[in-house]
Amino acid sequence: MIWRLLIASLLFGLLVIGPAGAVEPDEVLADPVLEARARDLSAQLRCLVCQNQSIDNSDAPLAKDLRVLVRERLVAGDNDDQVRFFLVSRYGEFVLLKPRFSAGNLALWLTPLLVLFIGAFVLWRGRRQSVSAPGPTGLSDAEEKELAKLLEPRE
Amino acid sequence: MIAALSAAEIGHYSLILGLALALIQSTLPLIGARIGDSRLMAVGGATALAAFAYVAIAFAALTIAYVGSDFSVKNVWENSHSAKPMLFKVTGVWGNHEGSMLLWVLILVLFGALVAAFGRNLPDTLRATVLAVQGWIASAFLLFVLVTSNPFARLDPAPLEGRDLNPILQDIGLAIHPPLLYLGYVGFSIAFSFAVAALIDGRIDAAWARWVRPWTLTAWMFLTAGIAMGSYWAYYELGWGGWWFWDPVENASFMPWLAGTALLHSAIVMEKRSALKIWTILLAILTFSLSLLGTFLVRSGVLTSVHAFASDPARGVFILTILTIFIGGALALFAWRAPGLRKGGLFAPISREGALVFNNLFLIAATATVFVGTLYPLVVEAVSGSKISVGAPFFELTFGPLMIPVLLAMPFGPLLAWKRGDLTAVAQRLTIALAAAVIAVIVTLVIAGASGVLAALGIGLGFWLIAGALVELAERIRLFRTPLSTSWSRLKGLPRSAFGVALGHAGIGMCVLGIVAVKSFETEVIETIAPGQTLKVAGFALRFDGTTPRTGPNYREDVSRFTVTWKGSREITLEPTRRFYQTRKSETTEAAIHTMIFSQVYLAIGDTRSDGAIVVRAYHKPLITLIWLGAVVMSLGGMVSLTDRRLRIGAPKRLRQRKGKHTQPAAAS
Repeated sequence: MIWRLLIASLLFGLLVIGPAGAVEPDEVLADPVLEARARDLSAQLRCLVCQNQSIDNSDAPLAKDLRVLVRERLVAGDNDDQVRFFLVSRYGEFVLLKPRFSAGNLALWLTPLLVLFIGAFVLWRGRRQSVSAPGPTGLSDAEEKELAKLLEPRE
Repeated sequence: MIAALSAAEIGHYSLILGLALALIQSTLPLIGARIGDSRLMAVGGATALAAFAYVAIAFAALTIAYVGSDFSVKNVWENSHSAKPMLFKVTGVWGNHEGSMLLWVLILVLFGALVAAFGRNLPDTLRATVLAVQGWIASAFLLFVLVTSNPFARLDPAPLEGRDLNPILQDIGLAIHPPLLYLGYVGFSIAFSFAVAALIDGRIDAAWARWVRPWTLTAWMFLTAGIAMGSYWAYYELGWGGWWFWDPVENASFMPWLAGTALLHSAIVMEKRSALKIWTILLAILTFSLSLLGTFLVRSGVLTSVHAFASDPARGVFILTILTIFIGGALALFAWRAPGLRKGGLFAPISREGALVFNNLFLIAATATVFVGTLYPLVVEAVSGSKISVGAPFFELTFGPLMIPVLLAMPFGPLLAWKRGDLTAVAQRLTIALAAAVIAVIVTLVIAGASGVLAALGIGLGFWLIAGALVELAERIRLFRTPLSTSWSRLKGLPRSAFGVALGHAGIGMCVLGIVAVKSFETEVIETIAPGQTLKVAGFALRFDGTTPRTGPNYREDVSRFTVTWKGSREITLEPTRRFYQTRKSETTEAAIHTMIFSQVYLAIGDTRSDGAIVVRAYHKPLITLIWLGAVVMSLGGMVSLTDRRLRIGAPKRLRQRKGKHTQPAAAS
């Protein structure tokens, strides 16, 4: 059943994962500042049993458990990093929708800049070459001689 | 009855004939082009048209099986039900892997047939080679359908009733989204075929770009509309009001869009200035390669997990093979032949060409970002076995900043002169656009307060883009600098492509406005309320009147009725529902949406408690429709450009006439 839903979702670029879900009224914290932090954090944490959904917008029971857990930690006085660290120590890096900037993830994080710089460098070099190098229409001395030789008999 | 029973076999046989024709189309015209035999070359057009006819017959046959609920066809049994409304019986044809693959192939051969039909004034060898390359792709995918995904397989004995279509797909969205998306995805195959043909011929000129541009524009236009439609579908179907998820499947269609947008712009440089030839060829190859990659990602199951792919690899390996042969082959051909292509004209960094190169640089960096973000988890899992996630927060942090320079520079591009532009003069002309942006920033700050600085800048950016697009038009008709009547006649005389550019760029501005507004100023209320109680969202009062059951054709639903008023104005009724589909034993939510031109009130319901109270998610989404309207305007821009005189009538003929006069710029470069 789940497999069918997945296939369907994979077909059309739609996330087709059951009916409306996410934060339930009974989870919401009384303190609006803490609640806002909880929502921000939740949006960055993966619902481990879902297809690429954050716990903030999944109705899976596990997502609910995690949302409650995040709020418990916040009420207990953890800062955002401590909450993240706590969840990573429990569930592994998989729980983070934004991977950490670590040596292993260097390729991921640096690609945008790398492509930009390599592209800019190629453009700069290409431009310098085309400015300094003679145009393709110019003939070498040997070619000029050859041309002159070819043209001579006609005159 | 006998006709209906044998429809599947006719379809299957037609598909095989289609493959045979595609194989002929792949070979004979190419041989003809090599040895200069015009009769062999002419085979390309005929086979392309015939292959389309046969695949269309196959598609019609499957549709007949669906419409007649012929459950002896396995595919129909798996995805249809006799009680399903007729619309969904038809759209159900492509609401599954096999059927949608057939639609994919149908659109592929349709494009081949279009080249055959409308490409009569192409040079013969180019046309033959393009059709042959198109034939290779068609052969590969027809073989894929026949070998791994045959939609015509029978069941014996035939079941009495079908298993119904996935309820979430039983929506008008299924009728629109996949066909548009595939027209876009697959449409880029034409640019690919032209690129490969140019490499095989070893020759490429401005006429080539003149031909590739409208095809690219067509594909891009459909892809834009298709992605927007998918986004809106997800928005109203998923029940929490998100409209873009950075899901790998979405990224799979977004990557060809980004690369295709870059291609659209580089092809302009190539057509007008004969520059960036090699780069344009490479982009054409990359864009369709990303379409193929998307097909692989979506079809192979590799996204679920690398292990899921490994456990049932038949389809995945087949597409991966196609992918490797086509992308690898094209890139190898490129590496071999491209250095021999003549380089084009020179230009100063500050020029129209320079602006378009700038656009390409950032769009490609953005494409690479989405590419790496999408594939990185797969690579990590395959290499080290550990699982990591790359989701929305990553893309927002990396993709977003890459887009800002492009957007800021966008109004400058069309105003800069070719070869060497004057940045100061252009900046002066854009003063009005800048003023509009600054006013928008100030107004937003006044309304939202100091906390809304980022939002204000985003709104300002949106106004900068829209005003910039209008300024470009105003400049071209010399508005307020000549008498209005002169401006009016200039406006009528403008090429349609000028309007296309303005619409395309203004559309992006609209998207930016919508995205920023909804991200910054959305209001969300999640509450449990009992019948008779009222909920307040951003000045709207939503009174819950109660829930009543209803029966649909193949489902039952609980309809919750809400009366919405805004500051005592006219009452509106909203009816969010929850549906239960018996056959699949599954449930969907249908959000209720009230649209006020640009803003929406969005209402979705969750569980009903025993006392009749329900969980309500209510949102006010300011300016959200601008996101999709912007995409529609962009698509429209593409369509307007396509009707440009230059593309409608005898472009190659006029080019030939002018060639004599136009040797001057070529020599100068």
